[in-house]
Amino acid sequence: MAAEIGTPQRSSVAVDLIVMVLRRVLFSAIGLGILFALWWFGGWLLESNPATMSFADFGPFPTIDAVPYMVQSGTLLDASQASGYRLGIGLLLAIVTGIPVGILMGRSNVFRKLSNTPFQFLRMVSPLSWEPIAVIAMPTWDQAIIFLISMAAVWPVAFATAAGLAKLDRAWFKVARNLGASWWDILKEIILPAIAFDVMTGIRLALGVAWIVIVPAEFLGITSGLGYTIQDSRENLMYADLAVTILAIGIIGFLMDGICQALIKRFSWHRN
Amino acid sequence: MDRSGVQISVQDLTHSYSSRGPVTFDKVNLESKPGEVLAIIGRSGCGKSTLLHIMAGLLAPTAGSIRLNNVEVKEPSPKWVMMFQAPHLFPWMQVSQNVGIGLKFANFAEDKIRERVEKTIKLVDLEEYAESNVQDLSGGQQQRVALARSLVMEPEMLLLDEPFSALDAFTRASLQKDVRSIAKSMGINLVIVTHSIDEAVLMADRAVIMAGSPGKIKEEIMVDLPEERTAQDPEVQKIRGHLMETFRQASAATH
Repeated sequence: MAAEIGTPQRSSVAVDLIVMVLRRVLFSAIGLGILFALWWFGGWLLESNPATMSFADFGPFPTIDAVPYMVQSGTLLDASQASGYRLGIGLLLAIVTGIPVGILMGRSNVFRKLSNTPFQFLRMVSPLSWEPIAVIAMPTWDQAIIFLISMAAVWPVAFATAAGLAKLDRAWFKVARNLGASWWDILKEIILPAIAFDVMTGIRLALGVAWIVIVPAEFLGITSGLGYTIQDSRENLMYADLAVTILAIGIIGFLMDGICQALIKRFSWHRN
Repeated sequence: MDRSGVQISVQDLTHSYSSRGPVTFDKVNLESKPGEVLAIIGRSGCGKSTLLHIMAGLLAPTAGSIRLNNVEVKEPSPKWVMMFQAPHLFPWMQVSQNVGIGLKFANFAEDKIRERVEKTIKLVDLEEYAESNVQDLSGGQQQRVALARSLVMEPEMLLLDEPFSALDAFTRASLQKDVRSIAKSMGINLVIVTHSIDEAVLMADRAVIMAGSPGKIKEEIMVDLPEERTAQDPEVQKIRGHLMETFRQASAATH
């Protein structure tokens, strides 16, 4: 009897799920279609005006034509790897710095009061404005760019960690102490799992900011990376290559954000 | 572990939250024999909850001491564990993980943790929920998980700070009965802080009344009743009436 009742319920849940996924895919496809149409229209406007005709390669069809060359020559892969390396190290430094700072902000009233104004001030400074200082202070351009990425990414991680800690039930610490937990036990078993969701949300924001910062940061001084490829393509009037690079930046960013979202879902323990 | 429980001695215990602030309670003296269930009854603000926190090692007294078989309570320990008014479970964990967390803190081996957790979950009737997330349980079931989390440590003394006050009447009655019988079977001393006279009569072997500001132990009443007790029993009603009257007199004398 239970199986008879259970089967239609299960199939109805499966149908609902399929409909939901299809609807999502459909909306995404329509959205991308609109974006493509706007891109095409922009390309057409450029092409139809004699003053802007030389920029017509920005349009979608010349761009699509340039993709095989950019992929097969290794230009796109090399540039993505170079940017990915800088992003990875910069983000790692931001995480390694931001989480402990966030924990201190969340746990220590004195530190929070002391750091709030200077941190809010530093947060509002555009990361790119540090570039001259970074260039002077760091021995290589690579390190200067990594520094800029860290400066951009550290604040979302630190503030999200602190916000996560502020939401914790203080009684959990009392319960843990009551059961004989050491300071390390409380950090490992209580604090980190409890704030993992908020930390991941902060990392997602940090990744977004860092990915935006990396392109202009790579405009100067170096000869690799997606930012450099854009700059190089512009200087050589290779507008289709430039558009392919922009496309690649968007796709890589979108994929990284998707991974972050999946991790946020994985670490989330909140019920609706 | 001594399965017959421990001798608890509270001597001249005094507490104040600050050196210039009011005294929460003054020179409290209490004795509880091995395996006894002791209820501390009092109005809100008389310091009974603070007393329990000090007994758990979660707060330091201003003066005096607490000893369990001559071992002084100075800090939290798995030997003296407290159960709070709300379960305060860790919501990212399953029932079994919540129950075993104290053993993990004490560095028990994985197989030993599994064995003890299984046994304790069975004891509190939650076998079918062992792998469930605690957020999917009812209030009563969550409080059972909190009970299992305390019992799994095999404490010598279990301190209960109004742990059933947020539950419905049926769940409360069932837990009151189960906690007493489990503590008796495991030889654990129970100290229950409550403002419910019914709870004290149904669970305790002895009840002390705390009143005044600063709080003091005013009266002590033996709850000499059989193990099987219900609120309707004439003997229960009689002791309840006596306790109620004593409580009223003790409270009135301090106002």
